[in-house]
Amino acid sequence: MTMQLNQRPAGFEVRRATRASRVAVIVLLIVALTVASAPWWAGRDAMRDFVQLASYLVFALMWNLLAGYGGMVSIGQQAFFGIGGYAMLILANYCGISPFVAVPIAAVIATVVAIPVSMVAFRLEGGYFAIGTWVIAEAFRLTVANVSVLGGGSGTSLIALQDVPRALRESLTLWLALAIVASAIGLLYLFLRSKAGLALTAMRDNAVAASSQGVDVKRARLIVYLVSACGTALAGGLYFVGNLRISPDAAFSVNWTAFGIFIVMIGGLGTLEGPMVGALIFFVLNRFLSDFGTWYLIGLGALAIVVTMFFPQGLWGFVSRRYGLQLFPVGRRVVFRDAGPSEQASHHDASTDSVETSSAPHRA
Amino acid sequence: MNTLINIVVQGVLLGALYGLFAMGQSLVFGVMRLTNTAHGDFIVLLVFVLFALTSFVRLPLAVALVLLLVIAFAAGYGLQYAILNRVSSRDPLPSLIVTFGLSIVIQNVLQQVFSADPRSIATGSFESRSITLAGGITLGYLPLVTLVATVALAFAMQWLFGRTPLGRAFRATSDDREIVQLMGVSYRRTYALAMGIAFVLIAVAAALYSMRTAVSPTDGPALLLSSFEAVIIGGMGSFWGTFVGGMALGIAQQVGFYFDPGWGIWLGHVAFLGVLVARPQGLLPKTA
Repeated sequence: MTMQLNQRPAGFEVRRATRASRVAVIVLLIVALTVASAPWWAGRDAMRDFVQLASYLVFALMWNLLAGYGGMVSIGQQAFFGIGGYAMLILANYCGISPFVAVPIAAVIATVVAIPVSMVAFRLEGGYFAIGTWVIAEAFRLTVANVSVLGGGSGTSLIALQDVPRALRESLTLWLALAIVASAIGLLYLFLRSKAGLALTAMRDNAVAASSQGVDVKRARLIVYLVSACGTALAGGLYFVGNLRISPDAAFSVNWTAFGIFIVMIGGLGTLEGPMVGALIFFVLNRFLSDFGTWYLIGLGALAIVVTMFFPQGLWGFVSRRYGLQLFPVGRRVVFRDAGPSEQASHHDASTDSVETSSAPHRA
Repeated sequence: MNTLINIVVQGVLLGALYGLFAMGQSLVFGVMRLTNTAHGDFIVLLVFVLFALTSFVRLPLAVALVLLLVIAFAAGYGLQYAILNRVSSRDPLPSLIVTFGLSIVIQNVLQQVFSADPRSIATGSFESRSITLAGGITLGYLPLVTLVATVALAFAMQWLFGRTPLGRAFRATSDDREIVQLMGVSYRRTYALAMGIAFVLIAVAAALYSMRTAVSPTDGPALLLSSFEAVIIGGMGSFWGTFVGGMALGIAQQVGFYFDPGWGIWLGHVAFLGVLVARPQGLLPKTA
């Protein structure tokens, strides 16, 4: 449809990029190159920090995909985080596969596991879905905790990496993290810009209306759930390659989802930029304030409540609305061209009340 | 045979506790369509309030229990009126996140104030007394009291919903909160009353639970999941359903515990997922 509109010599065109988005792509490329060269200039702590940040970010991106685009609020995404971690460990420790290769394979395994899980979870809706997914994650946690080969409740170590020199291991982990973050952001961006992404946004805003326009709501939900499981498992595999030790309580902890929710809500639900902003904020808070223990967690919980009640669009939502800024424009803007001499001005006018299909943080 | 009977009997007694936990949640689901992810933490919070009343203020247990019910009602009413009414809408996300945030705040405030140590309420030696039936099956007095309390409250709630003007307001508000305003019912006030009553149910559960076992500040999520499972297994919309759901969950866990202590809770989860697949409407769904 977009193609037709573009070909027609009518007085308007459909724009998909913004100046900010072109700048953003360049900035992100520079950041990626900087991070990729980190083994030659950064310290070990900084590299480890990046791997952790990457895990949090990818987890949050996937939670955002599920809740902010798919309209499915889950408190059980730690199930796939843990499965990603444990599947990676089993492949590496018992099947002799390099952990760096095992991470994507583990993500595929988690995606396959997510198919039967979705059949159970999709029996519930809304808030029931949220708690139901939590029960499923707990069932996985208890299952793994009862398997003595995997170390039972106290967990086990990733021994497959013990022969790899530390510097090489850390560099490879960093590059793996970078590759996962880059592909997660890139694929999500392409997906949300595609026709399927448009259908998804329509479905989030009103499932019944979207269905009447020919969107296969059930199928779209399933795909989103599976993609989200896959990405979350990548984050889990990555985290435990960096951590070298895994236990059921750490891998299937509900805190992963709690932090993911915090990141997304602070940054801005239903935007791609939101989780990135939120992950940076969370990481800084975590770095400097986590020594305060219980007070830090009380603060995070209270902040999440305040933001949800009074600033539901989050920080990025606020900035984007206030300044009309979109780094990852997934919508389509109609810009009218036949305004004659004051073309520049009409550009502006038309695009402010332009036909936008993305936008609006999740509201029902 | 005796083993089997014992598993079922102990399962029913355990299930009575789950049914009691779940009744408050069932009420909140039913009236507000609110998924309260802090439900378990509210139980734990009230356990610690009772603990503070008996250990710090040194009130006699009976006085403390009455006071707990009053505090609980006020807390529930205030919480719903001041905070949750602002986020209860058809979109489940805001209320989920706010209650999830509350859950984290409650757990950590309790840890800060009371430390992470588990606490229980002393009842003399009442909690350890029991009667022994023929065949060597022992019934603790406290679990029996819990069972009686759960049955009595299920009757009371069913009566409240079916026979009283308040119950009618609850049902009507649940059906359409915009329309009831035309009949002079404020849905905000109705919601607050429902949460107040839910908190009274939670207080009863908290009191009986803390006499039975030691409770630590982070026990909330496990209690939430058990009550949620009881509600869904039983079928939404009926307090007897919730009661039966609690029983089914209790029996499933006892069977698991019999084979291996590590598999008890696990089998409860699996039974819940099994019911979800085989009978998503629950065992006793509301027919009307």
